[in-house]
Amino acid sequence: MELVRGRVLMAGQAEGPVLRLAEPVSFWGGVDPQTSVLTDPRGPALGVAIAGRVLVLAQTRGSSSSSAILLELLRGGRAPAALVLAEVDAILIIGVLVAREMRWPTIPVLELPLASHAALDDGRTVRVTGNGAILAAA
Amino acid sequence: MTDLSPNERAMAEGRDGPAAAMAMRIIAETARILGAESLVSVTSAHVDGCLYHGDSGVHFVERLVALNGRVTVPTTLNVGALDLIHPERVHADPHATGMARRMMVAYEALGCAPTWTCAPYQVGHRPGQGEDVAWGESNAVAFCNSVLGARTNRNGDFLDISAALTGRAPYYGLHVASNRLATVVVKTADLSPRLKAEDAFYPVLGAWLGAEVAGAVAVLDGLPADTTEDRLKALGAGAASTGAVGLFHVAGVTPEAPTVEAALGARPAERHINLTPEMVRRTRDALSTAPDGPVDALAVGSPHFSAAEFSTLLDHLAGRRVSRPFYACTNRQVLGELKRSGDLARIEAVPIEIITDTCIVVTPILPAGGGVLMTNSAKFAHYTPPNTNYEVVFGSLGDVAESAVAGRVVRDETAWN
Repeated sequence: MELVRGRVLMAGQAEGPVLRLAEPVSFWGGVDPQTSVLTDPRGPALGVAIAGRVLVLAQTRGSSSSSAILLELLRGGRAPAALVLAEVDAILIIGVLVAREMRWPTIPVLELPLASHAALDDGRTVRVTGNGAILAAA
Repeated sequence: MTDLSPNERAMAEGRDGPAAAMAMRIIAETARILGAESLVSVTSAHVDGCLYHGDSGVHFVERLVALNGRVTVPTTLNVGALDLIHPERVHADPHATGMARRMMVAYEALGCAPTWTCAPYQVGHRPGQGEDVAWGESNAVAFCNSVLGARTNRNGDFLDISAALTGRAPYYGLHVASNRLATVVVKTADLSPRLKAEDAFYPVLGAWLGAEVAGAVAVLDGLPADTTEDRLKALGAGAASTGAVGLFHVAGVTPEAPTVEAALGARPAERHINLTPEMVRRTRDALSTAPDGPVDALAVGSPHFSAAEFSTLLDHLAGRRVSRPFYACTNRQVLGELKRSGDLARIEAVPIEIITDTCIVVTPILPAGGGVLMTNSAKFAHYTPPNTNYEVVFGSLGDVAESAVAGRVVRDETAWN
């Protein structure tokens, strides 16, 4: 069952439980690059690991080093399964582009308007397809 | 679809070597994803990607070196993870130290200038108004756009060096003149002249602005015409920590805002906000995560401290010694100025430990035990709790000096009431 369809920024397939964050996240200063755990005491979901999750973000903010943190997560196998962003984030996508150039694992990145985020229940396992559809996992 | 010029296409296909080709692919693909119609030539770059976050970034830059990469425009480097002047002041583990050094060496091998500072605009890297450039590091981007009037997006790590290698950046966002116009007007008429004369007001104003407008362009009205660069630096750093602010205007102060109307481009504002003393106070208080009480360490210099800021700090201390570890982060150029002026000897006598090339929230410098850190920097206040084992108390530079002497938080509240 198709829950929602996003615009493909970087194509790929993935499956994992949704982690939907309404508050803004900065990867640098907000995500541990070795463990993928959220570390900002003022940010959302403190202590939760983003590895393997379909990470649905209402807003990103802050540091231009967030691309470097995402690259480190990708190379270390601790990246989210997919990124679903309310708006294109020029900083985060660089991390995925560099991983592709370096022949390291990459992940799909979708743009999905904030109004559609409610279709993705936090914790529900979903499948991201190459054309941007997000399906309820069988 | 992004249109590449014949020259850019040739670069992507390897005419200028494999490193430039890889960099051009990254630039062009970013442009495509962002919906940019073309690329723009840039005249300089400031690279943030030279800070060690893990081995992946080292492998990337070493690949560029192995492919014979060379920057094509003047390029400065942001902080690394090491203090190359005082290596013993950083306590990173041997693996991180070795990899951080390899990374710094590799960026220099690409032809970048070893400035190692988050305030390149205070060491002579100052593009002119209207120039297109490609900078990284959020505070540097905010300063470059807002105070210098040069044009850069908030470039992520690795896009910055890719732009330096190709001399190109995606043409979108703040490179486009119409996107530089303010859509939000912030009135400060309700704030007292006393508050506006307080250095610590500016980082707080920035922290408020970033949280309030996220990535929108605002024009601030009613600030003093003689607002200093150090205050604008603190404002931008605060705004770029709490929000995605890459550009702000200050009416009568910054180059694209001779007036509020000019900053708006004669369009009506989408939002008007009246900043009240309570909003400022609340923002200031929210920068602290610990209550006023004992202080275990103090830190200043995010962005890197200027010689003028060191001088003000010495004035506040008035020859007194501090009773807690006190760190001041700056760059080599300012260190040289301090040596020449004789201030360095006075600073070392306090004693204040000068950190160069890096800073306390990007690499292990603070005493290992943790505790409460006091700072006058909104950026340090923002990043200390997640990046170190310290809670944070925010205060003015005068408060920081008094608290360093007393070993507990001492505040002068007159500006804030």
